[in-house]
Amino acid sequence: MSRIDVNKTYKLFIGGAFPRSESGRVYEIKGADKKFIANPALASRKDLRDAVVAAKTAQPGWANATAFNRGQILYRMAEMLEGKSEQFINEIISLEGVTKKAAQLQVSQAIDCLVWYSGWCDKLASISGSQNQVSGPFYNFTTPESLGVVAVFAEAKPSLLATVRALAPVLAGGNSAILIASENFPLPAISLGEVIATSDLPGGVVNILTGKASELIPWVGSHMEIDGIDLTGVSKKQEEELRLAGVDNLKRIFRFSNTDHPERILSFMEQKTIWHPIGI
Amino acid sequence: MIIDGSEKSLRKFLSELSPVDQVGAEARAAMLATRSIKTSSKAWAIDMAISMVDLTTLEGADTPGKIKTLCAKAVRPDPTDSTVPSVGAICVYNDMVRIARSELDSIGGNSVPVAAVATAFPSGRASLAVKKIDTQDALNAGASEIDMVIDRGAFLSGRLMEVFEEIRTIKELCGNKAHLKVILETGELVTYDNVRKASYLAMLAGADFIKTSTGKVAPAATAPVVLVMLEAVRDYFALTGTKIGVKPAGGIRTTKDAIKQLVLVKETAGDQWLTPDLFRIGASALLNDLLMQRMKLRSGHYASANYVTVD
Repeated sequence: MSRIDVNKTYKLFIGGAFPRSESGRVYEIKGADKKFIANPALASRKDLRDAVVAAKTAQPGWANATAFNRGQILYRMAEMLEGKSEQFINEIISLEGVTKKAAQLQVSQAIDCLVWYSGWCDKLASISGSQNQVSGPFYNFTTPESLGVVAVFAEAKPSLLATVRALAPVLAGGNSAILIASENFPLPAISLGEVIATSDLPGGVVNILTGKASELIPWVGSHMEIDGIDLTGVSKKQEEELRLAGVDNLKRIFRFSNTDHPERILSFMEQKTIWHPIGI
Repeated sequence: MIIDGSEKSLRKFLSELSPVDQVGAEARAAMLATRSIKTSSKAWAIDMAISMVDLTTLEGADTPGKIKTLCAKAVRPDPTDSTVPSVGAICVYNDMVRIARSELDSIGGNSVPVAAVATAFPSGRASLAVKKIDTQDALNAGASEIDMVIDRGAFLSGRLMEVFEEIRTIKELCGNKAHLKVILETGELVTYDNVRKASYLAMLAGADFIKTSTGKVAPAATAPVVLVMLEAVRDYFALTGTKIGVKPAGGIRTTKDAIKQLVLVKETAGDQWLTPDLFRIGASALLNDLLMQRMKLRSGHYASANYVTVD
């Protein structure tokens, strides 16, 4: 007798839990071979609102963790991803239709990317910060501090690598993230939630939404509680919409090339300068 | 009069109250909480809730500076928007009443009353003599509302007359000068039957308001408890023609929570109770959430906590 398939329900990841969409909606994902794969949740603006509340609540704790500790946790994400790599390879193959070898390469690149950014956590302040000379008996330091809540639109492909590449620098800087997964290639991003849930990352630091970016963009852009956006994955037209909606609230909005660079971490950080009297 | 003031008649009346259907009360409260309030109704509810907030600070670390900040917020909750109504009252400890009163008067908040928690708040563990002095002190300082706690120990051990007399004595002190709110501390009363009994006891003894909690004990103002108390004031009005107010306090932090309370009021006591004269919400963090929801309704986009004051 053949066994009945036990298929995964792909849900959202908000505040450390895996809820369905508040709206109850789902949509269909087809693989490279045009066959049905899954029905992930179709997130509504209220799911976004809930995600922002979770992200805002979790962010101070994450930002106040030592940079060393943040690095450890990013490294642990890499460890967890390594352990689950088979699952990600299968998802990438069925979604993108690439060879097993290409999928394996993508997963190992994603793992290496996490390791690379984990190393940056406690070195960033030394590289980008400074001790400034001032005309008085003061020490004057400039150090980078986290920005707050960052919305991340990663590129659709390579599905896992692009997601990790966009997410890791946001986390390394002590921000919390709302990851809006690509509409057609969302599965590795959703499964990344399972990696995050087992990596000692506090609940709410990463929140993952799936669905139509076009539906969420006006709300992301105008939400006063979102401090930055990585819009690498959105079209030029959507970018215009996001930038317009984000004018009122002074969001930091960036589009990045598909490379890893410490500048990606610093984009979502603010430089804080402090004065301290010499000799005290 | 439904009782003649004797212990016997009080006991008889309270023992004849019908018991609360626990499952029914909880189901009814949960059902009313699912109601969806949107657009213009929501805007109305938010403004109503703001005008019902008893903006509260009851911390050992309260300073005159903090009280003054709170006063400014009470009069003009959103400094950038003059259409936001003032709150229902300021609720502080005794020694802060004078500071709050003079500050409110000097910034145009003459109509905002100052409520003082009295009678050995929050435990109520002091002699009646001390409780009287405590109350008189608050009245002398200019409090126009007194939030007294009942002696839960006496109530739970069945010394009902003691509780009754205590409320009556404090009410006499308040006279016409101040409204009396009686805090039942429902979190310590254990059963809904006790909540109903204590509500009637307080109303019979002369309370102008019955209030759920001190805010220092959890659980505080749960929906079924507020439902039972609202039923009590409704039935008491039918019985005597006197309207008594209700004040849930503690644990009401979001606009959603506040609107749920308003739905409870409307569906239980009725529209007549939808006024700050008969319904108040004891809270501190709630006000910011109400203001943020108000901004969201007006601007069409989600608001940020960076645009409301840090309390």
